Amino acid sequence: MQSTQVRAIGRVERQNAAKLSRRAALLGTAKAIAMYALLTAVAAIMVFPFLWMLSTAFKPRVECYIYPPTLIPTRWSLENIRDVMARIPIWRYIANTAYLATVGTLANILVCTMAAYSFARLRFPGRDQIFFLYLGTMMIPHAVTMIPSFVLMRYLGWMDTWRAIIIPGMGSAFGTFLMRQFFLSIPNELEDAARIDGAGRARVFVQILIPLAVPALVTLTIFGFRSRWNEFLWPLLVLSTKEKFPIQVGLSAFRYEFGTLTHLMMTGAAMSVLPLMILFMAAQKYFVRGVVLSGIKG
Amino acid sequence: MSAAQAWFQRKEETISAYLFLAPTILLVSVFTVFPVLFSLFLSFHKWDYISAARPFVGLDNFRRLINTPRFWSTLANSARYGFAIMPLNIAVAMILALMVNQKLRGITIFRSAYFSPVVTSSVAVGLIWSWIFDPAFGPLNYALSLVGIGPQMWLGSPKLALYSLVVMAVWNGVGYNMMLFLAGLQGIPQEYYDAAVVDGANTLQQFRMITIPLLSPTTFFVFITGLIGALQVFDQIYLLTKGGPAGTTRTIVFYLWEVGFESFEMGYASAVAYFLFGVIFLLTLLNYRFGSRFVHYQ
Repeated sequence: MQSTQVRAIGRVERQNAAKLSRRAALLGTAKAIAMYALLTAVAAIMVFPFLWMLSTAFKPRVECYIYPPTLIPTRWSLENIRDVMARIPIWRYIANTAYLATVGTLANILVCTMAAYSFARLRFPGRDQIFFLYLGTMMIPHAVTMIPSFVLMRYLGWMDTWRAIIIPGMGSAFGTFLMRQFFLSIPNELEDAARIDGAGRARVFVQILIPLAVPALVTLTIFGFRSRWNEFLWPLLVLSTKEKFPIQVGLSAFRYEFGTLTHLMMTGAAMSVLPLMILFMAAQKYFVRGVVLSGIKG
Repeated sequence: MSAAQAWFQRKEETISAYLFLAPTILLVSVFTVFPVLFSLFLSFHKWDYISAARPFVGLDNFRRLINTPRFWSTLANSARYGFAIMPLNIAVAMILALMVNQKLRGITIFRSAYFSPVVTSSVAVGLIWSWIFDPAFGPLNYALSLVGIGPQMWLGSPKLALYSLVVMAVWNGVGYNMMLFLAGLQGIPQEYYDAAVVDGANTLQQFRMITIPLLSPTTFFVFITGLIGALQVFDQIYLLTKGGPAGTTRTIVFYLWEVGFESFEMGYASAVAYFLFGVIFLLTLLNYRFGSRFVHYQ
């Protein structure tokens, strides 16, 4: 064949190839658009309850009870928030919850990390058996310990105190399990080097292991904080003074008293969710990491 | 070093270990181990929490359990709830995980959106959804009316109340399971899919032959932990339905609360608690024994 013919054939084939790849690209884009549409539709369904909650919170009271319901308020109003603040000490509740969640989580982490160090690094008789038993306590459902713990609180004189909420929760095994895994993954050499340089065990713990463990600790803190913020049944059982209520119990009491005022329930719910939502937006990857780590124990 | 030094070092290690471990062991002994044992003790006695008398009644509480129709209907409700929620939890979470596992720009925004309901407390979830389910003003009935379906009573309907609770719980928890499935999906090596494509497998076949088997550890874990969690549902029932309408949402932990903290029959309540403990214990055993059989590792 002559070179011009070869070149002509090559050109046609290149044009066909270009057409095919354009079509493929278009199809790919069409697929992507369809996928984005699907993702957005599902996201809208998942997020809708939040939107509905916020919408009700910022509507004037009368607009909450019309049919058909409106998603976007025709008139934005803070009257529901003011009404809630007037009826219940909601900021007090939220402050209580912040305190309980923070202190409870930090205390738990302190205790858990110490125990994890012991299980991971130190050798002592019965270590693995004790750890296995300890892990077993994770399996015990709260329902079983509920009644005896309640009796124990009365016996200790801890009824209606915050101690009753913070202290029993300090021994949670989940944190220990996680930190132990983490410590096991740190090479021994680091610690040996420090010991050779004369550091005592406590110093090794505080100045070497803890700083290395910061990501794991942050994950645990956020995981624990979320869990304690949302705690309901146990505080409900032990607390009776309204001023001491955390937000979940406060909302429940609110519903008990003013339950028919649904628009206020929504406002209260919105205010209770907001702090955690903000934390979530700021520290998403730690929330997710906590979830994934909790799956590893399985 | 000399033998004496070595002995001394071992002793020091043991003492350190116990010191680091002491807070946790103390806490767990007092607040977990003791309650579990005390609960067992109580289940063989009769006690109304107030009086000093705590007569031993042997197996009476357990006999009463078997002979109480309400207990059996409670079990039936718990079973119905569990069987309804588990397939949804697994299927929806897996589908969502597959959707957000794609390499699309901004996919993390969708992941966050699907995960966000997890952050909400059970009380807030209950309040929000009770408003969505509101027969008169709720958006759900409004949306149904647009497609010609009449308004439903949802939480007020003996037929639908339990399943309304299921919907709430699925919305709350599916993001969590999605993250677990996502982690599982990302653990499947791409080479398997590439090899399958070379062998001519289409998407469905790839899913059946590669994804499902390799995801089975995660699926099994989600199933067992989900079931254990579903058996302990309480907060929304306490908040919204109190076991009704007509006892259709009375699940086992709510029954336990009724018997223990409304009627104050501590002995009988402990028997109920131990029954639940037994079921969950069996499930956990299943997890450890058969987990490896249902699971296909590479």
